[in-house]
Amino acid sequence: MNNEMLYEDVIPGGCHWSFRVGRGQVLRLVDEHGGTNVGMLMYNAEQLLERINIPDTLKCQHTFRLGAGHCIYTDMGRVLCSITEDTAGWHDGVCGTCDSQLVESRWGRKTYQQAGNAMHRSGRDGFLIELAKHGLGRRDIVANLNLFSKVVADAEGNLTLAEGCSAGSHIDLRFEMDTLVVMHTCPHPLNLCAEWPARPVRYQIYQAMPLSDTDICRDSCDENQRGFLNNMHYHHGHCHHHGGGR
Amino acid sequence: MILESQLSPENASYREVVLAGDYWMQVVKSGQTFRILDLEGNQAADTLFYSAADPAERYSAMDTIRHQGNLYLTAGTRLISSEGREMLEITADTCGRHDTLGGACATESNTVRYALEKKCMHACRDSYLLALMQNPHFGMDKRDITHNINFFMNVPVTPEGGLTFADGISAPGKYVELMAKMDVIVLISNCPQLNNPCNAYNPTPIEVLIWD
Repeated sequence: MNNEMLYEDVIPGGCHWSFRVGRGQVLRLVDEHGGTNVGMLMYNAEQLLERINIPDTLKCQHTFRLGAGHCIYTDMGRVLCSITEDTAGWHDGVCGTCDSQLVESRWGRKTYQQAGNAMHRSGRDGFLIELAKHGLGRRDIVANLNLFSKVVADAEGNLTLAEGCSAGSHIDLRFEMDTLVVMHTCPHPLNLCAEWPARPVRYQIYQAMPLSDTDICRDSCDENQRGFLNNMHYHHGHCHHHGGGR
Repeated sequence: MILESQLSPENASYREVVLAGDYWMQVVKSGQTFRILDLEGNQAADTLFYSAADPAERYSAMDTIRHQGNLYLTAGTRLISSEGREMLEITADTCGRHDTLGGACATESNTVRYALEKKCMHACRDSYLLALMQNPHFGMDKRDITHNINFFMNVPVTPEGGLTFADGISAPGKYVELMAKMDVIVLISNCPQLNNPCNAYNPTPIEVLIWD
């Protein structure tokens, strides 16, 4: 990506937000204090029925762990975004998000009346609020990313959440289509910390460099090359021209 | 976990064979038990569940996984809805492990996984979409096709974070049985995938049985 930042902001811990990122832009997320979890859903901004699909993402790249070199796929065989840089090393896509029942049983109920904006909010409620802003709802919640959260399975399939990322870790998502990003900074559902473990995330948007002859995501496997061909075919159907040179 | 059923097929109130590449969509009532029988072995049955009273409440692979802290489904697994409620429980299982990570095959994902020229091969999502279009009284559409269970399919995850589609661990006559804890719409696609070992490259019929 080039170094000119187009936008920057921080989402406090335990909050939620949604915004658009354009094709050919990079969204950098920075775990400034360490130990954050970012729940994220993504939708094709011009056709919201096309959305992130974790099963297709995992099976076409034969991976459970998500990190640099991986692509995130939609349910339509296209690449939504590419993980072009990642210092965290492992992101979860299968554990979903905490609902208010889980938040209350693990960390106690903390209402707005008691705690103001430091109230305990659930990731699911955050998703529902943001989705409703765009005409989406309960039926549109699919498996989400849990960025900065490493979940390991043993041979029997038992899951453990590893210790959180170190302060300053970041991940870069380069968007391959115009995308609605919905995210929250609520705790990972397998986080057993006694204290409410919500942490903020800084997010920055940059212009991506044009795709070059070799690319660590497109060329990491034959499947991703075919995914990029599907994107190319999809964008042939557009009369307007985007930046990013692809 | 292998756990045999105490129910006898002769006493079932409903039996139907579902051919490979077909769908089966019915309401199973709270308290009823239904079985999916792998007639010829190594046949993936891609299955979704919805609350019959409120289909926006549906089987949630993520909530089921995080609830039990484990990736695989077997006897004793409670299938959790998107609203955090128990929808069904797996009450018998002679296979031992079922997948809920791999999702259903679709014509579009087949182009990525295998070859662009394979886009017109029959796929589970086409069966799902046809089921929804032919059963309009349920009021569902593409956004209701979420992350399913692949009964009889084996998708091991390694501690290093790899994921593979292994040979099936099912065999002729193996079955899984579930008891409904609420009225549920059951949607099964008997998988037509020919490009990986999930159906042993030979999709075959399954049978659905229901006991009151």
